[in-house]
Amino acid sequence: MSNNIIEIKNLNISYSSNVLSVKNVNANIIKNEITAIMGPSGCGKSTLLRAINRMHDLYNNIKVDGQIFLNGTDIMKMQAIDVRRKIGMVFQRPNPFPNMSIAENVLAGYTLNGLHLNKHEKAEIIERCLKSVGLWEEVKDVQTKKGTFLSGGQQQRLCIARALALQPEVLLMDEPTSALDPIATARIEELLLELKKDVSIIIVTHNMGQAKRIAYNSMFMYLGELIEYGDTQKLFNNPMHEQTKSYLAGHVG
Amino acid sequence: MNNTINNTRRLVTSRGIHLLVCSLSIITSIPLVFIIGKVFFEGIHNLNLQFITKPTPNTFNAMIAINNGENIPGGIANGIVGSFIMLILASIIAIPIGILCGTYLAENRHNKFAKCISYMTDLLQGTPSIIIGIVVYAWVVIPSHGYSAIAGSIALAVMMLPLIVRSTEEALKMLPDSLKESSLALGGSYGKTILKVLLPSASGSIFTGVLLAVSRVVGETAPITFTALGCSMVHWNIDQPMSSIPLLIWQFYNDPILQPLVWSASLFLLIFVLFINISAKIINNKSKK
Repeated sequence: MSNNIIEIKNLNISYSSNVLSVKNVNANIIKNEITAIMGPSGCGKSTLLRAINRMHDLYNNIKVDGQIFLNGTDIMKMQAIDVRRKIGMVFQRPNPFPNMSIAENVLAGYTLNGLHLNKHEKAEIIERCLKSVGLWEEVKDVQTKKGTFLSGGQQQRLCIARALALQPEVLLMDEPTSALDPIATARIEELLLELKKDVSIIIVTHNMGQAKRIAYNSMFMYLGELIEYGDTQKLFNNPMHEQTKSYLAGHVG
Repeated sequence: MNNTINNTRRLVTSRGIHLLVCSLSIITSIPLVFIIGKVFFEGIHNLNLQFITKPTPNTFNAMIAINNGENIPGGIANGIVGSFIMLILASIIAIPIGILCGTYLAENRHNKFAKCISYMTDLLQGTPSIIIGIVVYAWVVIPSHGYSAIAGSIALAVMMLPLIVRSTEEALKMLPDSLKESSLALGGSYGKTILKVLLPSASGSIFTGVLLAVSRVVGETAPITFTALGCSMVHWNIDQPMSSIPLLIWQFYNDPILQPLVWSASLFLLIFVLFINISAKIINNKSKK
Protein backbone atom coordinates (compact mmCIF):
# COMPACT_ATOMS: atom_id res chain seq x y z
CA MET A 1 0.00 0.00 0.00
CA SER A 2 2.61 2.49 1.10
CA ASN A 3 4.49 2.54 -2.16
CA ASN A 4 1.50 2.43 -4.50
CA ILE A 5 -0.08 5.65 -5.63
CA ILE A 6 -2.75 3.97 -7.72
CA GLU A 7 -4.39 0.59 -7.26
CA ILE A 8 -6.66 -0.76 -9.96
CA LYS A 9 -9.03 -3.51 -8.88
CA ASN A 10 -11.26 -5.68 -11.08
CA LEU A 11 -11.58 -2.98 -13.71
CA ASN A 12 -13.90 -3.74 -16.64
CA ILE A 13 -14.68 -1.22 -19.38
CA SER A 14 -17.09 -1.67 -22.27
CA TYR A 15 -18.03 0.57 -25.18
CA SER A 16 -21.08 -1.45 -26.14
CA SER A 17 -23.18 -3.77 -24.03
CA ASN A 18 -21.52 -7.11 -24.77
CA VAL A 19 -17.95 -6.34 -25.66
CA LEU A 20 -15.44 -5.68 -22.91
CA SER A 21 -12.55 -3.50 -24.02
CA VAL A 22 -10.75 -3.83 -20.72
CA LYS A 23 -11.22 -7.14 -18.94
CA ASN A 24 -10.78 -7.53 -15.23
CA VAL A 25 -7.55 -5.60 -14.89
CA ASN A 26 -5.78 -5.55 -11.52
CA ALA A 27 -2.61 -3.52 -11.14
CA ASN A 28 -0.73 -1.34 -8.68
CA ILE A 29 1.16 1.70 -9.90
CA ILE A 30 4.27 2.61 -7.97
CA LYS A 31 4.71 6.16 -6.72
CA ASN A 32 7.29 8.43 -8.36
CA GLU A 33 8.13 5.99 -11.12
CA ILE A 34 7.27 5.69 -14.76
CA THR A 35 4.90 2.88 -15.66
CA ALA A 36 4.45 2.01 -19.33
CA ILE A 37 1.40 0.39 -20.91
CA MET A 38 2.19 -1.45 -24.14
CA GLY A 39 0.25 -3.58 -26.53
CA PRO A 40 -1.02 -3.78 -30.10
CA SER A 41 -3.62 -1.29 -31.43
CA GLY A 42 -7.06 -1.79 -30.00
CA CYS A 43 -5.85 -3.76 -26.97
CA GLY A 44 -7.45 -1.33 -24.53
CA LYS A 45 -4.36 0.48 -23.29
CA SER A 46 -5.71 3.98 -23.93
CA THR A 47 -9.09 2.90 -22.60
CA LEU A 48 -7.45 1.78 -19.38
CA LEU A 49 -5.45 5.00 -19.11
CA ARG A 50 -8.47 7.21 -19.66
CA ALA A 51 -10.38 5.44 -16.91
CA ILE A 52 -7.83 6.68 -14.38
CA ASN A 53 -8.90 10.32 -14.69
CA ARG A 54 -12.55 9.53 -15.42
CA MET A 55 -12.38 10.66 -19.07
CA HIS A 56 -14.98 8.01 -19.89
CA ASP A 57 -17.56 10.05 -18.00
CA LEU A 58 -17.83 12.25 -21.09
CA TYR A 59 -19.35 9.51 -23.18
CA ASN A 60 -22.64 7.96 -22.16
CA ASN A 61 -22.10 4.70 -23.98
CA ILE A 62 -18.95 3.74 -22.06
CA LYS A 63 -19.46 1.65 -18.91
CA VAL A 64 -16.69 1.47 -16.31
CA ASP A 65 -16.90 -1.16 -13.62
CA GLY A 66 -14.47 -1.78 -10.78
CA GLN A 67 -12.37 0.30 -8.45
CA ILE A 68 -9.40 2.61 -8.89
CA PHE A 69 -7.78 3.91 -5.72
CA LEU A 70 -5.70 7.06 -5.59
CA ASN A 71 -3.78 7.00 -2.30
CA GLY A 72 -6.42 4.70 -0.91
CA THR A 73 -9.48 6.72 -2.03
CA ASP A 74 -11.75 5.27 -4.69
CA ILE A 75 -11.78 7.81 -7.52
CA MET A 76 -15.07 6.43 -8.78
CA LYS A 77 -16.65 7.91 -5.67
CA MET A 78 -14.92 11.29 -5.97
CA GLN A 79 -16.06 14.28 -8.02
CA ALA A 80 -14.67 13.88 -11.55
CA ILE A 81 -13.37 17.46 -11.44
CA ASP A 82 -11.35 16.76 -8.27
CA VAL A 83 -9.96 13.57 -9.75
CA ARG A 84 -8.78 15.40 -12.85
CA ARG A 85 -7.06 18.10 -10.82
CA LYS A 86 -5.00 15.44 -9.08
CA ILE A 87 -4.44 13.30 -12.14
CA GLY A 88 -3.25 15.30 -15.13
CA MET A 89 -3.25 14.15 -18.72
CA VAL A 90 -1.18 14.72 -21.84
CA PHE A 91 -2.60 13.67 -25.19
CA GLN A 92 -1.21 12.08 -28.31
CA ARG A 93 -1.17 15.21 -30.42
CA PRO A 94 0.18 18.41 -28.90
CA ASN A 95 -2.91 20.54 -28.32
CA PRO A 96 -2.17 23.89 -26.70
CA PHE A 97 -5.37 25.95 -26.53
CA PRO A 98 -5.27 27.94 -29.78
CA ASN A 99 -6.95 30.98 -28.26
CA MET A 100 -4.38 31.37 -25.48
CA SER A 101 -0.81 32.64 -25.34
CA ILE A 102 2.04 30.48 -24.07
CA ALA A 103 1.72 31.96 -20.57
CA GLU A 104 -2.07 31.63 -20.58
CA ASN A 105 -1.76 28.01 -21.63
CA VAL A 106 0.40 27.25 -18.59
CA LEU A 107 -2.15 28.96 -16.36
CA ALA A 108 -5.14 27.37 -18.12
CA GLY A 109 -5.70 24.89 -15.30
CA TYR A 110 -6.22 27.77 -12.87
CA THR A 111 -8.40 29.75 -15.27
CA LEU A 112 -10.58 26.74 -15.99
CA ASN A 113 -10.96 25.97 -12.30
CA GLY A 114 -11.89 29.56 -11.54
CA LEU A 115 -8.88 29.97 -9.24
CA HIS A 116 -7.63 33.53 -9.10
CA LEU A 117 -3.94 34.32 -8.84
CA ASN A 118 -2.16 37.61 -8.38
CA LYS A 119 0.45 38.80 -10.83
CA HIS A 120 3.33 37.57 -8.73
CA GLU A 121 1.89 34.07 -8.29
CA LYS A 122 1.18 33.87 -12.01
CA ALA A 123 4.72 34.77 -12.97
CA GLU A 124 6.08 32.28 -10.48
CA ILE A 125 3.94 29.40 -11.75
CA ILE A 126 4.73 30.18 -15.37
CA GLU A 127 8.46 30.24 -14.69
CA ARG A 128 8.46 27.12 -12.51
CA CYS A 129 6.39 25.05 -14.96
CA LEU A 130 8.19 26.18 -18.09
CA LYS A 131 11.54 25.55 -16.40
CA SER A 132 10.48 22.09 -15.33
CA VAL A 133 9.77 21.16 -18.96
CA GLY A 134 12.93 22.88 -20.21
CA LEU A 135 11.01 25.44 -22.21
CA TRP A 136 11.76 28.55 -20.16
CA GLU A 137 14.95 29.61 -21.95
CA GLU A 138 13.32 29.09 -25.33
CA VAL A 139 10.10 31.01 -24.74
CA LYS A 140 10.67 33.46 -21.88
CA ASP A 141 10.73 36.41 -24.27
CA VAL A 142 7.74 35.31 -26.35
CA GLN A 143 5.32 34.34 -23.60
CA THR A 144 2.56 36.45 -25.06
CA LYS A 145 2.68 34.68 -28.42
CA LYS A 146 0.13 32.00 -29.15
CA GLY A 147 1.01 28.50 -28.00
CA THR A 148 0.37 27.17 -31.48
CA PHE A 149 3.29 29.24 -32.75
CA LEU A 150 5.78 26.78 -31.22
CA SER A 151 7.18 23.65 -32.88
CA GLY A 152 5.50 20.30 -32.30
CA GLY A 153 7.95 19.19 -29.63
CA GLN A 154 7.79 22.55 -27.88
CA GLN A 155 4.00 22.44 -28.01
CA GLN A 156 3.98 19.03 -26.37
CA ARG A 157 6.31 20.28 -23.63
CA LEU A 158 3.97 23.24 -23.17
CA CYS A 159 1.10 20.77 -22.75
CA ILE A 160 3.10 18.92 -20.11
CA ALA A 161 3.79 22.25 -18.36
CA ARG A 162 0.06 23.00 -18.52
CA ALA A 163 -0.71 19.66 -16.89
CA LEU A 164 2.00 20.15 -14.25
CA ALA A 165 0.84 23.64 -13.27
CA LEU A 166 -1.85 22.27 -10.96
CA GLN A 167 0.78 20.05 -9.30
CA PRO A 168 -0.97 16.75 -9.96
CA GLU A 169 0.07 13.57 -8.20
CA VAL A 170 -0.17 11.46 -11.33
CA LEU A 171 0.46 12.33 -14.96
CA LEU A 172 -1.26 10.19 -17.60
CA MET A 173 0.31 10.28 -21.04
CA ASP A 174 -1.38 8.80 -24.08
CA GLU A 175 1.39 8.15 -26.64
CA PRO A 176 2.77 11.65 -26.07
CA THR A 177 5.62 11.31 -28.55
CA SER A 178 3.99 9.47 -31.43
CA ALA A 179 3.41 12.72 -33.33
CA LEU A 180 6.97 13.98 -32.75
CA ASP A 181 10.31 13.51 -34.47
CA PRO A 182 13.10 11.48 -32.80
CA ILE A 183 14.96 14.50 -31.37
CA ALA A 184 11.83 15.97 -29.79
CA THR A 185 10.95 12.48 -28.54
CA ALA A 186 14.35 12.09 -26.87
CA ARG A 187 13.91 15.44 -25.12
CA ILE A 188 10.49 14.46 -23.78
CA GLU A 189 11.87 11.13 -22.54
CA GLU A 190 14.70 12.91 -20.73
CA LEU A 191 12.15 15.27 -19.26
CA LEU A 192 9.95 12.44 -17.97
CA LEU A 193 12.91 10.87 -16.20
CA GLU A 194 13.50 14.18 -14.42
CA LEU A 195 9.84 14.75 -13.63
CA LYS A 196 9.27 11.43 -11.97
CA LYS A 197 10.72 12.69 -8.69
CA ASP A 198 7.68 14.98 -8.39
CA VAL A 199 4.94 13.09 -10.16
CA SER A 200 4.09 9.48 -10.88
CA ILE A 201 3.81 8.90 -14.62
CA ILE A 202 1.75 6.36 -16.53
CA ILE A 203 2.54 6.34 -20.23
CA VAL A 204 0.84 4.49 -23.04
CA THR A 205 3.30 3.78 -25.78
CA HIS A 206 3.50 1.98 -29.09
CA ASN A 207 7.21 2.29 -29.01
CA MET A 208 8.82 -0.65 -27.22
CA GLY A 209 12.19 1.05 -27.17
CA GLN A 210 10.65 3.96 -25.32
CA ALA A 211 9.21 1.71 -22.60
CA LYS A 212 12.56 -0.02 -22.27
CA ARG A 213 14.42 3.30 -21.95
CA ILE A 214 12.26 5.07 -19.41
CA ALA A 215 9.79 2.77 -17.66
CA TYR A 216 10.45 1.19 -14.29
CA ASN A 217 7.48 -1.12 -14.66
CA SER A 218 5.70 -2.16 -17.83
CA MET A 219 2.33 -3.66 -18.63
CA PHE A 220 1.59 -5.70 -21.68
CA MET A 221 -2.05 -5.78 -22.72
CA TYR A 222 -3.66 -7.91 -25.37
CA LEU A 223 -7.34 -7.91 -26.38
CA GLY A 224 -8.34 -6.06 -23.25
CA GLU A 225 -6.50 -8.31 -20.83
CA LEU A 226 -3.48 -7.44 -18.78
CA ILE A 227 -1.22 -10.29 -19.86
CA GLU A 228 1.93 -9.39 -18.04
CA TYR A 229 2.99 -6.66 -15.64
CA GLY A 230 6.22 -6.15 -13.84
CA ASP A 231 9.78 -4.91 -13.96
CA THR A 232 10.49 -3.55 -17.44
CA GLN A 233 13.89 -5.16 -17.89
CA LYS A 234 12.54 -8.51 -16.80
CA LEU A 235 9.53 -8.20 -19.08
CA PHE A 236 11.74 -7.45 -22.07
CA ASN A 237 14.51 -9.92 -21.35
CA ASN A 238 12.56 -12.74 -19.91
CA PRO A 239 8.83 -12.51 -20.71
CA MET A 240 6.74 -15.12 -18.95
CA HIS A 241 3.88 -15.36 -21.45
CA GLU A 242 3.86 -16.54 -25.04
CA GLN A 243 1.82 -13.49 -26.18
CA THR A 244 4.31 -11.07 -24.67
CA LYS A 245 7.14 -12.94 -26.35
CA SER A 246 5.53 -12.82 -29.77
CA TYR A 247 4.62 -9.11 -29.37
CA LEU A 248 8.17 -8.25 -28.41
CA ALA A 249 9.42 -10.29 -31.36
CA GLY A 250 7.19 -8.26 -33.64
CA HIS A 251 4.72 -10.99 -34.54
CA VAL A 252 1.66 -9.29 -33.06
CA GLY A 253 0.51 -5.70 -33.36
CA MET B 1 -1.62 2.18 -84.59
CA ASN B 2 -5.02 1.53 -83.08
CA ASN B 3 -3.59 2.58 -79.76
CA THR B 4 -2.50 5.99 -81.06
CA ILE B 5 -5.98 6.76 -82.40
CA ASN B 6 -7.46 5.75 -79.08
CA ASN B 7 -5.06 8.00 -77.23
CA THR B 8 -5.79 10.92 -79.51
CA ARG B 9 -9.50 10.47 -78.96
CA ARG B 10 -9.01 10.35 -75.23
CA LEU B 11 -6.90 13.47 -75.33
CA VAL B 12 -9.51 15.33 -77.39
CA THR B 13 -12.34 14.23 -75.07
CA SER B 14 -10.36 15.29 -72.04
CA ARG B 15 -9.57 18.71 -73.52
CA GLY B 16 -13.19 19.15 -74.58
CA ILE B 17 -14.55 18.43 -71.13
CA HIS B 18 -11.97 20.72 -69.58
CA LEU B 19 -13.05 23.52 -71.93
CA LEU B 20 -16.72 22.89 -71.16
CA VAL B 21 -16.18 23.03 -67.40
CA CYS B 22 -14.16 26.23 -67.71
CA SER B 23 -16.70 27.99 -69.92
CA LEU B 24 -19.59 26.98 -67.66
CA SER B 25 -17.68 28.38 -64.71
CA ILE B 26 -17.25 31.66 -66.54
CA ILE B 27 -20.98 31.77 -67.31
CA THR B 28 -21.75 31.56 -63.58
CA SER B 29 -19.73 34.66 -62.86
CA ILE B 30 -21.17 36.71 -65.76
CA PRO B 31 -24.33 37.81 -63.89
CA LEU B 32 -22.25 39.21 -61.03
CA VAL B 33 -20.05 41.16 -63.41
CA PHE B 34 -23.12 42.58 -65.16
CA ILE B 35 -24.84 43.44 -61.88
CA ILE B 36 -21.83 45.27 -60.49
CA GLY B 37 -21.14 46.97 -63.83
CA LYS B 38 -24.70 48.14 -64.40
CA VAL B 39 -25.24 49.38 -60.84
CA PHE B 40 -21.86 51.10 -60.82
CA PHE B 41 -22.27 53.03 -64.05
CA GLU B 42 -25.89 54.00 -63.42
CA GLY B 43 -25.39 54.88 -59.79
CA ILE B 44 -22.00 56.54 -59.58
CA HIS B 45 -22.97 60.05 -60.80
CA ASN B 46 -25.51 60.61 -58.01
CA LEU B 47 -23.37 59.02 -55.30
CA ASN B 48 -21.82 62.00 -53.55
CA LEU B 49 -21.42 63.29 -50.02
CA GLN B 50 -24.88 64.86 -50.04
CA PHE B 51 -26.39 61.54 -51.05
CA ILE B 52 -25.18 59.80 -47.90
CA THR B 53 -25.62 62.72 -45.48
CA LYS B 54 -29.09 64.07 -46.45
CA PRO B 55 -32.43 62.34 -45.90
CA THR B 56 -34.86 61.42 -48.66
CA PRO B 57 -35.98 64.44 -50.72
CA ASN B 58 -39.69 65.07 -51.20
CA THR B 59 -41.05 64.62 -54.67
CA PHE B 60 -41.88 68.30 -55.15
CA ASN B 61 -38.37 69.60 -54.43
CA ALA B 62 -36.92 66.86 -56.59
CA MET B 63 -39.18 67.87 -59.48
CA ILE B 64 -38.10 71.52 -59.23
CA ALA B 65 -34.46 70.51 -59.15
CA ILE B 66 -34.86 68.30 -62.20
CA ASN B 67 -36.64 71.10 -64.08
CA ASN B 68 -33.76 73.42 -63.23
CA GLY B 69 -31.31 70.83 -64.47
CA GLU B 70 -29.82 70.35 -61.03
CA ASN B 71 -29.01 67.21 -59.06
CA ILE B 72 -31.86 65.84 -56.95
CA PRO B 73 -31.38 67.33 -53.45
CA GLY B 74 -31.21 64.75 -50.65
CA GLY B 75 -30.15 61.17 -50.30
CA ILE B 76 -30.44 58.09 -48.17
CA ALA B 77 -29.11 59.19 -44.76
CA ASN B 78 -32.38 58.11 -43.10
CA GLY B 79 -32.00 54.68 -44.68
CA ILE B 80 -28.34 54.35 -43.67
CA VAL B 81 -29.06 55.30 -40.06
CA GLY B 82 -32.14 53.06 -40.00
CA SER B 83 -30.33 50.06 -41.46
CA PHE B 84 -27.46 50.63 -39.05
CA ILE B 85 -29.70 50.81 -35.95
CA MET B 86 -31.82 47.86 -36.95
CA LEU B 87 -28.79 45.70 -37.80
CA ILE B 88 -27.20 46.48 -34.43
CA LEU B 89 -30.41 45.70 -32.55
CA ALA B 90 -30.99 42.53 -34.57
CA SER B 91 -27.41 41.42 -33.84
CA ILE B 92 -27.85 42.09 -30.13
CA ILE B 93 -30.92 39.85 -30.16
CA ALA B 94 -29.71 37.13 -32.52
CA ILE B 95 -26.02 36.68 -31.63
CA PRO B 96 -26.33 35.44 -28.01
CA ILE B 97 -29.31 33.21 -28.75
CA GLY B 98 -27.76 31.89 -31.95
CA ILE B 99 -24.38 31.12 -30.37
CA LEU B 100 -25.95 29.38 -27.37
CA CYS B 101 -28.25 27.35 -29.58
CA GLY B 102 -25.40 26.45 -31.96
CA THR B 103 -23.27 25.37 -28.99
CA TYR B 104 -26.08 23.18 -27.72
CA LEU B 105 -26.50 21.56 -31.14
CA ALA B 106 -22.75 20.94 -31.53
CA GLU B 107 -22.48 19.44 -28.05
CA ASN B 108 -25.51 17.15 -28.29
CA ARG B 109 -25.24 15.70 -31.76
CA HIS B 110 -27.06 12.46 -31.05
CA ASN B 111 -29.76 13.86 -28.82
CA LYS B 112 -33.27 13.60 -30.34
CA PHE B 113 -34.32 17.02 -29.06
CA ALA B 114 -31.20 18.59 -30.59
CA LYS B 115 -31.91 16.90 -33.93
CA CYS B 116 -35.42 18.29 -33.82
CA ILE B 117 -34.11 21.81 -33.10
CA SER B 118 -31.57 21.44 -35.87
CA TYR B 119 -34.30 20.50 -38.33
CA MET B 120 -36.43 23.43 -37.24
CA THR B 121 -33.47 25.75 -37.75
CA ASP B 122 -33.26 24.53 -41.33
CA LEU B 123 -36.96 25.18 -41.82
CA LEU B 124 -36.62 28.68 -40.37
CA GLN B 125 -33.77 29.37 -42.76
CA GLY B 126 -36.01 28.36 -45.66
CA THR B 127 -38.98 30.45 -44.50
CA PRO B 128 -39.72 33.26 -46.99
CA SER B 129 -38.79 36.58 -45.44
CA ILE B 130 -42.18 38.11 -46.27
CA ILE B 131 -43.86 35.53 -44.04
CA ILE B 132 -41.51 36.34 -41.19
CA GLY B 133 -42.46 39.99 -41.77
CA ILE B 134 -46.19 39.24 -41.54
CA VAL B 135 -45.79 37.17 -38.39
CA VAL B 136 -43.72 39.86 -36.68
CA TYR B 137 -46.35 42.38 -37.78
CA ALA B 138 -49.04 40.29 -36.10
CA TRP B 139 -47.04 39.57 -32.95
CA VAL B 140 -45.16 42.80 -32.38
CA VAL B 141 -46.55 45.67 -34.46
CA ILE B 142 -50.24 45.10 -33.66
CA PRO B 143 -49.84 44.56 -29.88
CA SER B 144 -47.51 47.57 -29.61
CA HIS B 145 -49.92 49.73 -31.66
CA GLY B 146 -47.40 50.92 -34.17
CA TYR B 147 -44.60 50.26 -36.59
CA SER B 148 -41.17 50.56 -35.05
CA ALA B 149 -37.48 49.94 -35.56
CA ILE B 150 -37.70 47.36 -32.77
CA ALA B 151 -40.24 45.36 -34.74
CA GLY B 152 -37.99 45.58 -37.80
CA SER B 153 -35.02 44.40 -35.74
CA ILE B 154 -36.95 41.42 -34.44
CA ALA B 155 -37.85 40.39 -37.98
CA LEU B 156 -34.20 40.71 -39.05
CA ALA B 157 -33.04 38.85 -35.92
CA VAL B 158 -35.35 35.94 -36.74
CA MET B 159 -33.78 35.79 -40.17
CA MET B 160 -30.24 35.97 -38.81
CA LEU B 161 -30.80 33.32 -36.17
CA PRO B 162 -30.56 30.15 -38.27
CA LEU B 163 -27.43 31.42 -40.01
CA ILE B 164 -25.67 32.13 -36.71
CA VAL B 165 -26.81 28.82 -35.22
CA ARG B 166 -25.45 26.89 -38.19
CA SER B 167 -22.13 28.68 -38.36
CA THR B 168 -21.55 28.30 -34.61
CA GLU B 169 -22.45 24.64 -34.77
CA GLU B 170 -20.16 23.99 -37.74
CA ALA B 171 -17.30 25.99 -36.21
CA LEU B 172 -17.48 24.01 -32.97
CA LYS B 173 -17.74 20.70 -34.80
CA MET B 174 -14.50 21.51 -36.62
CA LEU B 175 -12.55 21.70 -33.35
CA PRO B 176 -10.73 18.48 -32.43
CA ASP B 177 -12.29 16.49 -29.56
CA SER B 178 -8.93 16.54 -27.80
CA LEU B 179 -9.31 20.28 -27.18
CA LYS B 180 -12.40 19.72 -25.10
CA GLU B 181 -10.91 16.66 -23.44
CA SER B 182 -7.72 18.44 -22.45
CA SER B 183 -9.68 21.28 -20.91
CA LEU B 184 -11.78 18.83 -18.91
CA ALA B 185 -8.64 16.86 -18.05
CA LEU B 186 -7.34 19.99 -16.33
CA GLY B 187 -10.31 19.81 -14.02
CA GLY B 188 -12.23 22.47 -15.91
CA SER B 189 -15.99 22.39 -15.60
CA TYR B 190 -18.13 21.91 -18.66
CA GLY B 191 -19.29 25.53 -18.65
CA LYS B 192 -15.77 26.94 -18.35
CA THR B 193 -14.59 24.61 -21.09
CA ILE B 194 -17.18 26.02 -23.46
CA LEU B 195 -16.68 29.66 -22.46
CA LYS B 196 -12.90 29.75 -22.09
CA VAL B 197 -11.71 27.21 -24.63
CA LEU B 198 -14.23 26.06 -27.22
CA LEU B 199 -16.02 29.30 -28.14
CA PRO B 200 -12.83 31.44 -28.15
CA SER B 201 -11.07 28.83 -30.31
CA ALA B 202 -13.91 28.98 -32.81
CA SER B 203 -14.44 32.73 -32.54
CA GLY B 204 -13.02 33.53 -35.99
CA SER B 205 -15.43 31.25 -37.79
CA ILE B 206 -18.34 32.29 -35.58
CA PHE B 207 -17.66 35.97 -36.27
CA THR B 208 -17.51 35.23 -39.99
CA GLY B 209 -20.91 33.56 -39.71
CA VAL B 210 -22.33 36.59 -37.94
CA LEU B 211 -21.01 38.94 -40.65
CA LEU B 212 -22.48 36.76 -43.38
CA ALA B 213 -25.80 36.75 -41.53
CA VAL B 214 -25.68 40.56 -41.39
CA SER B 215 -24.92 40.78 -45.09
CA ARG B 216 -27.82 38.42 -45.83
CA VAL B 217 -30.41 40.49 -43.98
CA VAL B 218 -29.14 43.99 -44.80
CA GLY B 219 -30.84 43.75 -48.18
CA GLU B 220 -34.16 42.45 -46.84
CA THR B 221 -37.06 44.66 -47.88
CA ALA B 222 -40.27 42.70 -47.36
CA PRO B 223 -40.06 42.12 -43.60
CA ILE B 224 -39.06 45.75 -43.06
CA THR B 225 -42.10 47.14 -44.89
CA PHE B 226 -44.35 45.15 -42.55
CA THR B 227 -42.56 46.11 -39.39
CA ALA B 228 -40.51 49.32 -39.55
CA LEU B 229 -42.63 50.85 -42.33
CA GLY B 230 -40.15 53.55 -43.32
CA CYS B 231 -39.61 57.18 -42.44
CA SER B 232 -38.27 60.15 -44.38
CA MET B 233 -36.39 61.70 -41.46
CA VAL B 234 -33.14 60.82 -39.73
CA HIS B 235 -33.86 59.92 -36.10
CA TRP B 236 -32.69 57.54 -33.41
CA ASN B 237 -35.95 56.56 -31.70
CA ILE B 238 -36.19 52.82 -31.89
CA ASP B 239 -39.87 52.80 -30.94
CA GLN B 240 -40.72 54.86 -34.03
CA PRO B 241 -41.01 53.84 -37.68
CA MET B 242 -37.67 53.83 -39.42
CA SER B 243 -36.37 53.39 -42.94
CA SER B 244 -33.67 51.17 -44.36
CA ILE B 245 -31.59 51.26 -47.53
CA PRO B 246 -33.48 48.51 -49.40
CA LEU B 247 -36.77 50.06 -48.36
CA LEU B 248 -35.68 53.37 -49.89
CA ILE B 249 -34.73 51.61 -53.12
CA TRP B 250 -38.27 50.29 -53.28
CA GLN B 251 -39.74 53.74 -52.54
CA PHE B 252 -37.54 55.44 -55.16
CA TYR B 253 -38.62 52.84 -57.69
CA ASN B 254 -42.28 53.64 -57.00
CA ASP B 255 -41.81 57.37 -57.44
CA PRO B 256 -41.19 58.35 -61.10
CA ILE B 257 -39.45 61.56 -60.08
CA LEU B 258 -37.03 59.89 -57.67
CA GLN B 259 -36.29 56.90 -59.88
CA PRO B 260 -32.74 58.02 -60.79
CA LEU B 261 -31.82 57.56 -57.11
CA VAL B 262 -32.61 53.83 -57.30
CA TRP B 263 -29.24 53.12 -58.84
CA SER B 264 -27.21 55.19 -56.42
CA ALA B 265 -28.92 53.64 -53.41
CA SER B 266 -28.38 50.19 -54.93
CA LEU B 267 -24.72 50.96 -55.50
CA PHE B 268 -24.32 52.03 -51.89
CA LEU B 269 -26.02 48.86 -50.65
CA LEU B 270 -23.95 46.71 -52.97
CA ILE B 271 -20.69 48.28 -51.78
CA PHE B 272 -21.75 47.76 -48.17
CA VAL B 273 -22.59 44.07 -48.72
CA LEU B 274 -19.38 43.44 -50.68
CA PHE B 275 -17.42 45.12 -47.92
CA ILE B 276 -18.96 42.86 -45.25
CA ASN B 277 -18.44 39.76 -47.37
CA ILE B 278 -14.80 40.54 -48.06
CA SER B 279 -14.19 41.32 -44.36
CA ALA B 280 -15.78 38.00 -43.45
CA LYS B 281 -13.51 36.22 -45.88
CA ILE B 282 -10.39 37.93 -44.52
CA ILE B 283 -11.31 37.21 -40.89
CA ASN B 284 -12.06 33.59 -41.74
CA ASN B 285 -8.71 33.13 -43.49
CA LYS B 286 -6.86 34.77 -40.61
CA SER B 287 -8.55 32.63 -37.99
CA LYS B 288 -7.61 29.49 -39.89
CA LYS B 289 -3.90 30.28 -39.77
